[in-house]
Amino acid sequence: MACTVGPEPLGDGGGSERPKWDNKLQYLLSCIGFAVGLGNIWRFPYLCQTYGGGAFLIPYLIALVFEGIPLFYVELAIGQRLRRGSIGVWTAISPYLGGVGLGCVTVSFLVSLYYNTVLTWVLWYFLNSFQSPLPWSSCPLDVNRTGFEAECQASSTVSYFWYRQTLNITADISDSGSIQGRLLACLAASWAVVYLCVIRGIESTGKAIYFTALFPYLVLTIFLIRGLTLPGAVEGLIYLFTPDVQILQNPRVWLDAATQIFFSLSLAFGGHIAFASYNPPRNNCEKDAVTIALVNSMTSLYASIAVFSVLGFKAANDHGRCLDRNILHLINAFDFPDQSISRDDYAAVLTHLNASQPERVARLHLEACHLEDFLDKSASGTGLAFIIFTEAILHMPGAPGWAVLFFGMLFTLGLSSMFGNMESIITPLLDMGLTHRSIPKEVLTGLACLLCFLSAICFTLQSGNYWLEVFDNYAAPLNLIIFAFLEVIGVAYVYGLQRFSDDIVCMTGRRPSLYWRVTWKVVSPLLLLTIFVAYIAVLVWTPLSYRAWNTQYARFPSRQGAAGDGFTGTPAESSRKMLCSMALTVCRVSRTLNCLLGGQSSGCVVFPQKNPQNLTSPSYWKVALAGCHHLGS
Amino acid sequence: MLRLLFVLVPAIHAQLCQPDAENAFKVRLSIRTALGDKAYVWDTNEEYLFKAMVAFSMRKVPNRETTEISHVLLCNVTQRVSFWFVVTDPSKNHTLPAVEIESAIRMNRNRINNAFFLNDQSLEFLKIPTTLAPPTDPSVPIWIIIFGVIFCIVIVAVVLLILSGIRERRRKSKEPSEADDTEDKCENTITIENGIPCDPLDTKGGHINDAFMTEDERLTPL
Repeated sequence: MACTVGPEPLGDGGGSERPKWDNKLQYLLSCIGFAVGLGNIWRFPYLCQTYGGGAFLIPYLIALVFEGIPLFYVELAIGQRLRRGSIGVWTAISPYLGGVGLGCVTVSFLVSLYYNTVLTWVLWYFLNSFQSPLPWSSCPLDVNRTGFEAECQASSTVSYFWYRQTLNITADISDSGSIQGRLLACLAASWAVVYLCVIRGIESTGKAIYFTALFPYLVLTIFLIRGLTLPGAVEGLIYLFTPDVQILQNPRVWLDAATQIFFSLSLAFGGHIAFASYNPPRNNCEKDAVTIALVNSMTSLYASIAVFSVLGFKAANDHGRCLDRNILHLINAFDFPDQSISRDDYAAVLTHLNASQPERVARLHLEACHLEDFLDKSASGTGLAFIIFTEAILHMPGAPGWAVLFFGMLFTLGLSSMFGNMESIITPLLDMGLTHRSIPKEVLTGLACLLCFLSAICFTLQSGNYWLEVFDNYAAPLNLIIFAFLEVIGVAYVYGLQRFSDDIVCMTGRRPSLYWRVTWKVVSPLLLLTIFVAYIAVLVWTPLSYRAWNTQYARFPSRQGAAGDGFTGTPAESSRKMLCSMALTVCRVSRTLNCLLGGQSSGCVVFPQKNPQNLTSPSYWKVALAGCHHLGS
Repeated sequence: MLRLLFVLVPAIHAQLCQPDAENAFKVRLSIRTALGDKAYVWDTNEEYLFKAMVAFSMRKVPNRETTEISHVLLCNVTQRVSFWFVVTDPSKNHTLPAVEIESAIRMNRNRINNAFFLNDQSLEFLKIPTTLAPPTDPSVPIWIIIFGVIFCIVIVAVVLLILSGIRERRRKSKEPSEADDTEDKCENTITIENGIPCDPLDTKGGHINDAFMTEDERLTPL
């Protein structure tokens, strides 16, 4: 069997070569950087904590082996084989699957909008970390300077800094408020940094990735060492990692493990396809896939150890301060000498006082201080980074330095993921040859970044955080699962497992083993279908909602759950638009399926890979539809 | 008669200074919390100093320049350390209004704190709110300075990259012919990797797959 290399894409200046990685390390670091993102820091530890500590690793590893690595391998192999971005690849497999590629580009565009907004917030905190004391350590004074701001007193200094001085958030998603100038400036800066790094495609990201992919590991190690030496860290680690095997009976755990591995590896974005398309045609992508997936999971574990040790320190600190407050109440009320009750004596003294003078003790309204309560306080996402971690950093000696390191790490983590997102948008566009040869690549990347920047301005509104949560929860996940399902079906059945195996033999020199073939053909599609159905079920059962920061709420500072049915005006339209895009995808999917099932009579053609003519030319479609060939091989 | 007076005066004093009496203030000190090992013991000498500081504060108030240390009365000293105090007028019959005492203490809070090496949190006058220090706002917030630095560096780097790209393109457009020859040579080499000879598909002189070729010839060229 002759091993054919896909022809060069027309968009790359006609006769000029496709760009290449300078060395294998750049490619590996780019894929690792894309896969390792903010979710490894603030989603995986939260899931571990909520779902029984060490026991969560069992469904996680099972999902990795049966879903994560096979899908990842498919993306790398198909990108390397067909040497195009996602639109080109799926159009090459079948013209009717082109919608999958287009969908991947759209999802990448939407995700890069709000992902970079998170980086904007990280940049804002980073810029504010260069001062001592840190701005989120104290409340600002109120108007008459007699006390602190009421909102700050009621919640906490870190929450106030996040919700008021950073976001200036409104109480309701329909109340948009005004554009926040400081966030707009940081947004412009972060898109400028992204543009600087992707300006020449992989030529420039390849240089930047050495720093952005490796710096987070350095900082994680520093935090790990510092974290383990903090008081209370080891207790926190033991408590949070202790496995609770009973929790595995809850099906939600398996669903969350499967979705976590899926999003953690950044599958179905088209970014890995784009990166792999710049590889030399004969490169062992099997080893790459397994290596990168394992590195991603190891990083999640490594990060969760660092995060848990800091959380353990924070819980011990909070517990100590709770005890101190109670001790102060007791000392003041009963006129004991200053510092006469230590934290260890507190329990004994309290029981003694409760026995002798229970009414006086009851009047004091002492809080209940249990270490487990503080350890159980968990958060994921922005809550972990901007509220819990910032508070923990306040109590570490040398706080500004730790804050700079932490937010610098988050920024570089997010930046390396942004490279993958931008490549998954830019590479297909370049391959499609939309622009004339004389227009340089810098202009195209600049236009893409400018368009993204202008679209993302809506997230700098006062209600931007609510919009971001809506996007994060509803825009990306379902679409990605559909695309991944179509990808694996497309490769296993439309392209044909036999032909795919031949390609892999040519690229890696070995036939894919039974494990790969079984997972591609049966296990992964079934898993994805199950996840899809379960996701829909969860969406149907739980009403659309978001959590609002409402100062008038009776239980402020708890966030008020606002109903999604109350969406009026623009929010309803946007959710309708999202449903429309999903419907369009489903429509394309059904047409493809119809074509596949209809067989020869419906005029389906497998695109011959010899010469991809201009996809926009009508005569191409005439050629494509003229005859019917056997599907797959 | 005089003996009666000597008996009555301390009794009157006791009535003037009582917990929750009119115009009385409670003071609470946390010496060990503030000073740790260097904490001093609270004894009558310290109380004397306290009375002196309060008298000093009152002397700064107009119309009260004649306040003496003996006019300040302390009572109910506990181990905590906490006590109540009042300030009497020269006749020692009634106490000065709380408003005056409060304003006098607030004016001189810093001096009182420093006399005892304490601060507003460790030397508390309950019912007298502390005046919070205004926040030290630099004229230009620090984040703007660093933002400006980073943004300028990024813009300069982008401009440099764009300019170097333009220069490279101009250089490349001056030598097009050499590039084509090298590409021709590369396409004709046969690479062997992993023991499998793989022939790159070459439109000029490579293998032609007949299965596809016939289709193209049958149909209208694009």
